[in-house]
Amino acid sequence: MADPKYETQAVTGGDDTPSPRRSGRRNFVSTAAALGAAALALPSRAKADALNVAVLPPDIPPWTTQQGTPILTPPYGVPSAFEKKVVRHPHSRGVFRSEASSVTPLQDLHGVITPAGLHFERYHAGVPQIDPTLHRLIVHGQVERPLVFTMQDLLRFPSVSRTYFLECSGNTPGWTKGNPNATVADTHGLLSCSEWTGIPLAALLTEVGVLSSAHWVLAEGADAAAMTRSFPIEKAFDDALLAYAQNGEMLRPEQGYPLRLFLPGFEGNMSVKWLRRLKLGDEPFESREETSKYTDLMQDGRARQFTFVMEAKSVITSPSGGQHLDGPGFYEIRGIAWSGRGRITHAEISTDGGRSWKNAQLQEPVLAKCLTRFTLPWHWDGKPAVLQSRVRDETGYWQPTHAELVAARGLNSGYHYNGIHSWNVGADGAVTNDG
Amino acid sequence: MVEAKRVFAGIIVALLAGGVHAQQPRPYDLGQPASPAQIKGWDIDVRPDGAGLPPGQGSAVQGQVVFAAECAACHGAQGHGGLADTLVGGFGTLASAKPIRTVGSYWPYATTLYDYIHRAMPFNVPQSLSPDQVYAVSAYILYLNHIIPQNEVLDKTTLPAVKMPNRNGFITRDPRPDVP
Repeated sequence: MADPKYETQAVTGGDDTPSPRRSGRRNFVSTAAALGAAALALPSRAKADALNVAVLPPDIPPWTTQQGTPILTPPYGVPSAFEKKVVRHPHSRGVFRSEASSVTPLQDLHGVITPAGLHFERYHAGVPQIDPTLHRLIVHGQVERPLVFTMQDLLRFPSVSRTYFLECSGNTPGWTKGNPNATVADTHGLLSCSEWTGIPLAALLTEVGVLSSAHWVLAEGADAAAMTRSFPIEKAFDDALLAYAQNGEMLRPEQGYPLRLFLPGFEGNMSVKWLRRLKLGDEPFESREETSKYTDLMQDGRARQFTFVMEAKSVITSPSGGQHLDGPGFYEIRGIAWSGRGRITHAEISTDGGRSWKNAQLQEPVLAKCLTRFTLPWHWDGKPAVLQSRVRDETGYWQPTHAELVAARGLNSGYHYNGIHSWNVGADGAVTNDG
Repeated sequence: MVEAKRVFAGIIVALLAGGVHAQQPRPYDLGQPASPAQIKGWDIDVRPDGAGLPPGQGSAVQGQVVFAAECAACHGAQGHGGLADTLVGGFGTLASAKPIRTVGSYWPYATTLYDYIHRAMPFNVPQSLSPDQVYAVSAYILYLNHIIPQNEVLDKTTLPAVKMPNRNGFITRDPRPDVP
């Protein structure tokens, strides 16, 4: 990239690539958009001609005939300049920017790990900038000996790394049919998946000594919301983590740096970030976040409280809303599935709106409480199609339909929507959201 | 790590089975004793039984003044119609097509008002109100919802005794899976 003229032009050209309806370079542009595939975002002959640079066979492109950039450019690597449209977008139209959420661009991702910088965000009072040397965790309440821990202390505990999804219980505004222009980020993007490293909470509790009267744990953040949630102590002894690292590096500030609670399979709000305090008690603490919020209103006006588990769910990420199929032919249908109760055992795909189903291939390894990828080869005949996926987890539970959920819970439940999702494919190849 | 997990599990089983209160050994001897003063500074949660409520008191009369200065800009002068959450009204809407969940129509416990206002409000300066101010603002919001009279004084004894209209509106045992 020593030739500044080429670099400028190439970057500009790259900017054009993700836009589905921007120019006459239909073949290239629409293919890239339809598959969302970075690998396809390479200059075409037409583009090279337009740039007046000979790059395609039999010509030799400039990046092959000159040295590339040196090491440490930059010291912390960043995605290609051609990928800069792959970013988070606001989800809620919050009045306050620090009391809002943003979504993971699922349509642009591959595999099951969410890059840390694309993990969805949800804050109640913004992201605190915490000096880890000044961070403390106090564990007290119904314990034998209340203790205060530094991050140095915590890093000395036995550690585990586990790959888990995290989903906001408000993910997927599916109770009513949504916007036809919605992307999968809009409909399912309050969902991410990371490798989390930290301490089994059970190990920490042995240090403080749990009294037999302790049945609930209160977790509190150090942010300006001092966010609090209660969870049953059984979860602490099962698989709860105190996580300090994400995908191999220390947590991002957005994800709770330097320490967060992580409750696998439970609604995201409970995995309290910037964790400063755990208090053991005999009853739930009835915080605002577990009474006035994160409770599910039923048709009779009563609300379900303490609905922690995120039930089995899936969505097709390609083709998905906003993408465009480049004419009839072969496509691989790709999706992701997850369950807060364990492993995904089956995934099925329908291309006819649920009238018939085909088994999709699950991609190994299939881990409990983790995103699982599934795929199905598909030859599109060019006619309108409705793409759906449904999954079953190891408890035998099948992802329900929208109608089944509404029949059981009405339309005001708000949280925990996990219905089968539909994408419409038009005869023109346009993919739109059908909720 | 499986081995370590077994060790933790073993210790925990022993603890629970025995209901032991004798001091158990600390397997890692990490961390320092948390002093009562350290805990007191951060131990701000308030439970429905009133545990955690500090000394102090306030009524809706004083609360109206605090609310106008600290809360009304976002929540509206009467606790509704602002940019932030609606705090007042919504009675009888929970089973309707457009439920309005407010402190008055939805919240099961009055103590949660104290807990939340103290820890997270005012939005731009949380944990800045005095206990008297928090009691007073709590009283004002309850008064606007016709739950307590204007002159009722709330403190650590009277606040937990306030009966919220939707106290019995919650199902606390998760009935899922409930479909199909």
